[in-house]
Amino acid sequence: MTPVNNPNNKILDVQNLVAGYIPNLNILHGCSIHVCVGEIVTILGPNGAGKSTLVKAIAGLLSVVEGSIELQGKDITGMETHKLVREGLGYVPQTENVFAKLSVAENLELGAIHHRSSMAETREKLYDLFPDLARFRNLAAGKLSGGQRQMVAVGRALMASPSLLMLDEPSAGLSPKLTQVVFQQLLKIRDSGVTILMVEQNARAGLEISDRGYVLAEGVDRVNGEAQSLLHNPEVGELYMGGHGKSTMENVVTASATSENSTPGDSA
Amino acid sequence: MMQFVADGILNASLIALGALGLSMTYNVLRFANFAQGEVLAIGAYFALGAVTVIGAGVGVMGPVKFGWPLLVSIPLAIVCTSIVVLMVDYLVFRPLRNSNASRITLIMAAFGLSLMGRNLIHLFAGGDPKYFSFYIPKAIEIMPGVKMVPDDLAIIGLCVFAVVSLHMFLTKTNMGRMMRAVSENPTLARINGIDLKMIIRMTWIIGTALAVTAGTLQGHIFQAKAEMGFDMLLPMFAALILGGVGNLYGTVLGALVIGLAESFAVYFDLSAYRAAVSFMIMLLVLLVRPQGLLGERE
Amino acid sequence: MELLGVVSFLVFFLIQSSFFSLTSIGLNIQWGFTGLFNVGIAGFFAVGAYTSAIMTGPHYDDTLFGGYDLPVPVGWLGAIVVTAFVAAIIGYITLRLREDFLAISTFGIAVSIQLIANNMDQLTRGPEGLYSLPKPLEDLSASPLVDNILYLGVCIGVIGLVYWGFERILRSPWGRVLRAIREDEHAAMAMGKNVFAFRLQSFILGSATMGLAGALYANFIGFISPTDFLPIFTIQIFVMVIVGGSGNNLGAIVGSVVMWGVWSASDSLIAAVVSPDFQTQAAAARIVLIGLILVLMLLYRPQGLLPEKHIVSAAGRMKLKGED
Repeated sequence: MTPVNNPNNKILDVQNLVAGYIPNLNILHGCSIHVCVGEIVTILGPNGAGKSTLVKAIAGLLSVVEGSIELQGKDITGMETHKLVREGLGYVPQTENVFAKLSVAENLELGAIHHRSSMAETREKLYDLFPDLARFRNLAAGKLSGGQRQMVAVGRALMASPSLLMLDEPSAGLSPKLTQVVFQQLLKIRDSGVTILMVEQNARAGLEISDRGYVLAEGVDRVNGEAQSLLHNPEVGELYMGGHGKSTMENVVTASATSENSTPGDSA
Repeated sequence: MMQFVADGILNASLIALGALGLSMTYNVLRFANFAQGEVLAIGAYFALGAVTVIGAGVGVMGPVKFGWPLLVSIPLAIVCTSIVVLMVDYLVFRPLRNSNASRITLIMAAFGLSLMGRNLIHLFAGGDPKYFSFYIPKAIEIMPGVKMVPDDLAIIGLCVFAVVSLHMFLTKTNMGRMMRAVSENPTLARINGIDLKMIIRMTWIIGTALAVTAGTLQGHIFQAKAEMGFDMLLPMFAALILGGVGNLYGTVLGALVIGLAESFAVYFDLSAYRAAVSFMIMLLVLLVRPQGLLGERE
Repeated sequence: MELLGVVSFLVFFLIQSSFFSLTSIGLNIQWGFTGLFNVGIAGFFAVGAYTSAIMTGPHYDDTLFGGYDLPVPVGWLGAIVVTAFVAAIIGYITLRLREDFLAISTFGIAVSIQLIANNMDQLTRGPEGLYSLPKPLEDLSASPLVDNILYLGVCIGVIGLVYWGFERILRSPWGRVLRAIREDEHAAMAMGKNVFAFRLQSFILGSATMGLAGALYANFIGFISPTDFLPIFTIQIFVMVIVGGSGNNLGAIVGSVVMWGVWSASDSLIAAVVSPDFQTQAAAARIVLIGLILVLMLLYRPQGLLPEKHIVSAAGRMKLKGED
């Protein structure tokens, strides 16, 4: 199963997006990306490039100043966040992505509030995929470890049977080993028919499971292409290093991976 | 002595109902609603109006003085008061939320609304206390030395029923789960497809329902007056803080402590200082255990 | 003769305005400059009033305290100290906690003080109140008008002193830290500032000012009772500060005079226009109106008529823009 970047089969199409948190202070300055059915697409970029802003804007958490967002051929620009679930969008934020005081089972049920009829069935599938979720179903989600919480968060989003799953840094705060586990699960989720768009700081690990990638810088999509080619693209390295050296992505990735182990999330 | 415990439990049931309503708005809307007392009072006046229209004293049920008119008046009053509360939310709190006003601004608006509510009652219903009926019920001995009016027992029962219903609602129904989700993390709740506006409306309605029930029952055993809710505000806040903000069971426990403490204040001939007693308990809790009896440290 | 009447009314009006002005300045330092929400203004005002009344007042047969006949300035000093002490207790317990706990606790102290005023007869004589309180400088002349003009002078002097003092400390490094805390508590904390200590100092300072205002009131009116310190007083002060513009002391004074003018005028209007049968209703309607003014101000003009002069940070500027 090797999905191709078929422009006639776009599930998500973002055109020239301009958005920000505060009026008159935009973070995105005309960002365009698309995702095709069956792909895993990763968004990369240095800190402050606007990666999280992009997914938040798609999820309707920010007001879009200009540009358009289409999901499965339908214009969802400016649609309220709570309506997007029914349009087939699943979203896992980077932090606070589970209801810590509620049990795992309750978290999953909340994921399916608009899909009550198929809930039991989806839940069984999910328990097959993540046996841990079944094991801890009666535990408060806040009591779980980081990796397990991430599973709950992803599982919660999957309960609504999304067509497109958006993840904001699924590896944040996880050890390299756990990151691999989570990413292998993402592959399984894709194989079950869910298209995936994720933001990743851990560029190499992200690209390894991806079909394509985008590199954002200063609120604009600067480079995009096949995942493998991005790893060897010198331009990408320059974007990360701020225009110095001729390093390819691979060198940069190794460098950033080392620093990330010491202080996660502080590799600015 | 046991008599004071019995009175304290009656008092606690009413405080618990009001405080649970306060707790609902506190958790979901995230501010201390200083106008909750007026919700309670306005509800009592609506119920009084309904009882008067239906005719007081008709349909007396067994030993209990309050008949079906009172029971019918409660839902009627809940509907009327909810409409008022939702209108106020639409006109005042919604615009403040949309402009990202601070929590303090919301409290201040509520404080202003509380003053308005009290005086609107003065304006329309007059300043004199109103009575639901002039019937003096006969107390029965429920234990050696402890006498209670059947109505009071029924009211305690009604309060227990309301608390259990609220518990079932929050833990067993989809809507209840959605409310708990919003109170913990509104953004994640929206991502899950929960319509925040709908939850906010539901929260106001449930908070109002609890307050109106408390107000009507209080009006029935004592009297209805414009300040009845305002006077309850401090005990309600004390119960909320004592139990731990956000913890419903804690709130009930807090109400029990405050109710009994107030009752013992009467026992020690300090009845004039009842409200101050709950305030002292509240300060003590804030000093030694600010998260409350059952609350979790933030 | 008529002119004399106007003058004496004006003097009386300005004296009353000065009690509100002083209280508003006190609230301004808490609310306007530090972002602390005090719902118990009436309570702190009452503590000051009762303290000075007991210290300077005559001997009553039925109270345990009183009859000390201390000079009025000593009574005012006592009012400051006692109010500061009460504020210190409340502030120490609640200012470390979330902001609504301060609101609830100040509400609680106001309710409790109201109860004490009403019920602790040995101290406050309950609803009958304390009377025959001395007024400073009243022996200097035989004319009540001259008395009042002198008292107005005292009031203006006290307000001027407090205003000057507050302006000085608000411009000092201490005041800058205070505003920094209001704008961004965490940034101030990161700068190594003890946010709690600054808040507590500001809260005590503001409350003590309210207490002083209460003392000025008690020694002018000469008679105080619990009905002088109802929750409406708290709302009135908030409206005055917001109308004047929170964070601006001159605005607090202007707002006080203007709003007290509106209040007094409506008082006369009701007395003149409304038939005696409906006076109570008219009074209630007027209170509804003041609540409405507060809510409308919060909705449409949260920065007040005279906004704070300087905005301290870019974040603050952005915030103001967002509110428009």
